Amino acid sequence: MKAAAFAYARATSVVNALELLAAHGDKAKVLSGGQSLMPAMNLRLLSPDIVVDIGGLAELRGFAVKGDVLVIGALTRHVDLLGSPEVALHAPLLRDAVAHVAHPAIRNRGTIGGSLAHADPASELPACVVALDATIIVRGPAGERRIAATRFFKGIYETALSPDELLVAVEVPVAGQGSTFFFQEYARRHGDYAIVGLAARAVVAGGRFTDFRLGFFAVGDRPLLATAADKLINASVTAVLLAEAATALADELDPQEDQQASPAMRRHLAAVLLRRCVAALLARPELEAGATR
Amino acid sequence: MSVPVSISLLVNGEPIDAFVLPRLNLADFLRENLKLTGTHVGCEHGVCGACTVRVDGEIVRSCLMLAVQAQGASVETIEGLSDSGEVADLQAAFRERNALQCGYCTPGMLITAQDLLKQVSMPDRQAIREHLSGNYCRCTGYQAILDAVEATAKTRAERRA
Ligand SMILES: Cc1cc2nc3c(=O)[nH]c(=O)nc-3n(C[C@H](O)[C@H](O)[C@H](O)COP(=O)(O)OP(=O)(O)OC[C@H]3O[C@@H](n4cnc5c(N)ncnc54)[C@H](O)[C@@H]3O)c2cc1C
Ligand code: FES
Ligand code: FES
Repeated sequence: MKAAAFAYARATSVVNALELLAAHGDKAKVLSGGQSLMPAMNLRLLSPDIVVDIGGLAELRGFAVKGDVLVIGALTRHVDLLGSPEVALHAPLLRDAVAHVAHPAIRNRGTIGGSLAHADPASELPACVVALDATIIVRGPAGERRIAATRFFKGIYETALSPDELLVAVEVPVAGQGSTFFFQEYARRHGDYAIVGLAARAVVAGGRFTDFRLGFFAVGDRPLLATAADKLINASVTAVLLAEAATALADELDPQEDQQASPAMRRHLAAVLLRRCVAALLARPELEAGATR
Repeated sequence: MSVPVSISLLVNGEPIDAFVLPRLNLADFLRENLKLTGTHVGCEHGVCGACTVRVDGEIVRSCLMLAVQAQGASVETIEGLSDSGEVADLQAAFRERNALQCGYCTPGMLITAQDLLKQVSMPDRQAIREHLSGNYCRCTGYQAILDAVEATAKTRAERRA
């Protein structure tokens, strides 16, 4: 199918984009990479009156290290995250994750801002920014807002953004001493949306987690920062303790039923990823063996 | 309120000026306005890869890009890659290895495979599989397509040596 007719405006600046959004309210849609918006419009799930194309706004693209945060512009494309030395050094979790986002031709246009604003619960980058304790920077008619990633995602395709606001950047705390990361997902085929996935950040000292954040995706209506991780912090991780954490994890998940998997299968896969993640980050393969008991 | 927008772009190296409605996607612009029908349209939501073209040197889905977004860009289609001889060896390998049957997916497969071979000179089968994972072939030519891309990578490496 084809998109319904709409008017088109090429924004010339962030200020200009905000004016256009203010003038048209929820009848307008922002166009970044178009890799989620265009399919939705072609399927007539969305038919905005006007599309505000922010694709040309160079001010929203690229990376900057400011003190202990890496600032990533909203229009930074997936392919740029994959190839960026700054990301590899300061936020390797994003690089590992983005290799699983769609396919090369789609990664050449899809942007981090678009992915976060779209907020598909099976999407990789939302879970990463939650695990990394990132801050989402938003600009609207009243100026700038800073929103913790953990509060940004509200539900399926639902975020704290209002229709007259633009997501302009993401601030990720740079990987500190001793930080380690884990990313894995189950998908039917490389590049497909995940059936279940995990993006994690940890600080390990003396064989223990001093910090541990688990960002699960495709297990609920939004990325989940699993509190089950708390049980494993500042503790000597045994097979028994890990089993307890896995049980606690199953309780806090609220997976959906779809053609790909039942809630029970998603709970099981999430527990497998938890064990694998803990075993890998603590370099204790014997902990993973518990997964197939 | 939907009025035609003027665009200027390069298509296969030729300057093109046109007036297009905002809803027209790049795939339809190439096929219908410019009669470049090598770019195929399958799913129109980014899943099948039949509409893959190069924009400013990078592969994209032309069904997910508006023609108006191509303002100022350089677009290359399978006709361009074919006429310049850039993919002649890849095309020959596809024929030799039976990697094209109905040919519907072939333009997208060729452009995507060429994109990989430009980035990685000797990709292994896993890398080829991953790079082509966004392109569907309904005739199930996948193994043969992998063979053809792998064979082309080898002959290109030998030619360079
Ligand atoms: C075949 C296919 C497979 C895919 N597989 C995956 C996958 O495995 N994982 C995954 O995560 N994604 C996947 N995607 C989606 C893709 O990664 C997109 O890049 C991403 O979700 C949206 O980014 P975009 O820049 O293209 O946004 P757009 O499509 O331009 O916009 C998406 C939404 O966000 C809004 N928006 C965009 N930018 C802003 C902004 N700066 N401020 C406010 N609102 C904004 C738009 O109005 C729209 O509602 C896939 C897409 C396709 C076509
Ligand atoms: S027609 Fe564009 S990807 Fe299928
Ligand atoms: S050759 Fe027929 S779809 Fe691939």
